[in-house]
Amino acid sequence: MKNDSNCQIDVKKIREDFPILSQKMNGKPLVYLDSAATTMKPRQVVESIADLYFGYYSNIHRGVYLFSYFTTDRYENARTIIKNYINAKYEEEIIFTRGATESINLIAHSYAGYNLKENDEIIVTEMEHHANIVPWQEICKKTGAKLRYIPFDDNGELILEEYEKMLSPRTKIVSAVHISNSLGTINPVKYIFDKAKEYGAVTVLDASQSIQHTKVDVQELNCDFLAFSGHKIYGPTGIGVLYGKLHLLEDMPPYQTGGDMIKSVTFERTLFADVPAKFEAGTQNIEGAIGLGTAIEYVNSIGLENIANYEHSLLEYANQKIKEIPQVKIIGNARQKASLISFLLEDIHPHDVGSILDKLGIAVRTGQHCTEPTMRHFGITATTRASFAFYNTIDDINVFIDGIKQVIETFE
Amino acid sequence: MNELNDLYQEIILDHNKNPRNWGKIDNASNFAEGFNPLCGDKIDLYVNFSGDKLEDIKFVGNGCAISKASASVMTTLVKGKTKDDIQKLYNEFHKIITEGCDHNHYIDENLEVFCGVKEYPGRVKCAALAWHTLNDILKRVGNNE
Repeated sequence: MKNDSNCQIDVKKIREDFPILSQKMNGKPLVYLDSAATTMKPRQVVESIADLYFGYYSNIHRGVYLFSYFTTDRYENARTIIKNYINAKYEEEIIFTRGATESINLIAHSYAGYNLKENDEIIVTEMEHHANIVPWQEICKKTGAKLRYIPFDDNGELILEEYEKMLSPRTKIVSAVHISNSLGTINPVKYIFDKAKEYGAVTVLDASQSIQHTKVDVQELNCDFLAFSGHKIYGPTGIGVLYGKLHLLEDMPPYQTGGDMIKSVTFERTLFADVPAKFEAGTQNIEGAIGLGTAIEYVNSIGLENIANYEHSLLEYANQKIKEIPQVKIIGNARQKASLISFLLEDIHPHDVGSILDKLGIAVRTGQHCTEPTMRHFGITATTRASFAFYNTIDDINVFIDGIKQVIETFE
Repeated sequence: MNELNDLYQEIILDHNKNPRNWGKIDNASNFAEGFNPLCGDKIDLYVNFSGDKLEDIKFVGNGCAISKASASVMTTLVKGKTKDDIQKLYNEFHKIITEGCDHNHYIDENLEVFCGVKEYPGRVKCAALAWHTLNDILKRVGNNE
């Protein structure tokens, strides 16, 4: 059996940064296996927010006093941290939003709503989260554009030949999920985007499930837009990021209008500010941005490669153990998989599995994971999903496997 | 597994495994579909009313053990009852799953197994699905008169 200490990262030390992991749930030590839904926050992130509020808080971009400069600096510094993290060319390409959902809505309404015409086509995959389907459906209603879906096979891998058949000069946008939140599939997005570029399409990456696990380099991946949520990468809730290529953002109309996004306002007309301010109307989520900056620095301090290796070892161990239980059927068997397992336990409903694991202190996600069309592909309505992060241990997985056995016993 | 017994009692597990009144009624006088979009639970409920009396009831559906057992227990309780009696049972059940059991008052023994549901806020809707669906039918039957 693999020992935690053999790995590149010191999980014991890391867990000290996450006080919540020492909590009990229903009287049992918490085993948190729901990081794909949201990640726990390290002390450093919470402290950076407390430091802001207790130490130097004020509004950004407007005060002429020292504390306002401090706060503005920290806010803008977070933008720089994110720019470096995803290897964007310019700070201005990083827009703060409320989350990946708002980021995709912004692209759909501002870019697609402005540029698409009747019979233009948008391509997404059949394994998208609802957040990367519904905004496009809405914009298709308004523009008359058509939404097409790249199918996937029973292992949960995209059928790329079908995608290539779909591409045409009508293809204007290709938007794909990097890592599926319900299947764990790591999609070949570089290949998908390179193909899209042959037809001049604009490319959008939903990096919600990849940004915390693997290097996402917007230039290398050939993506024009990228969306992710802060709370899935150890940052606070209510903050997210939209990356967009500068020339695209510059040509787009604002998504919301109001204060802080203008150059000048008269009663007759308004001159909008340059990016990124053009897309950051109103007082921003200052604590969210600063907290997210700290979270990414925290991830950098551990090292993405170390994180990826460690999480992969957790996945391998969990896979091996769970496959020893004959009643388990894993949903999503792609060759390239991120650290999550979606599964069925014979005819035991996932909500019953989840409730029993809850009583044992184990937090998993049950349901359709906001991917109803993905579930439909397999003819199911729900799965149980265990997802792993670098603060999980081999022990966590052992408790989880034992929990599954207890679920089976209960229903025998 | 004692900590689980309050929810997954033998009766619930039994009704889940062998749901009573499972199936469809051809030419049912009333039909309603219940759906819980959050968890994907679904129930098709077939009812035959003769005047004020529920003569027959059957159901099919997809769902967790709690929703299936709740539907099964419900069908056994309401069969042969009048609309008023069913309404009373509905009110009693609703109170049990939202407020818990007040053992100073009489509780139908078949409903007692749901006393623990209140402790699982995420599961209240599972237990309520069949009853809400039946309630939809009752309202319609009421309107026809």
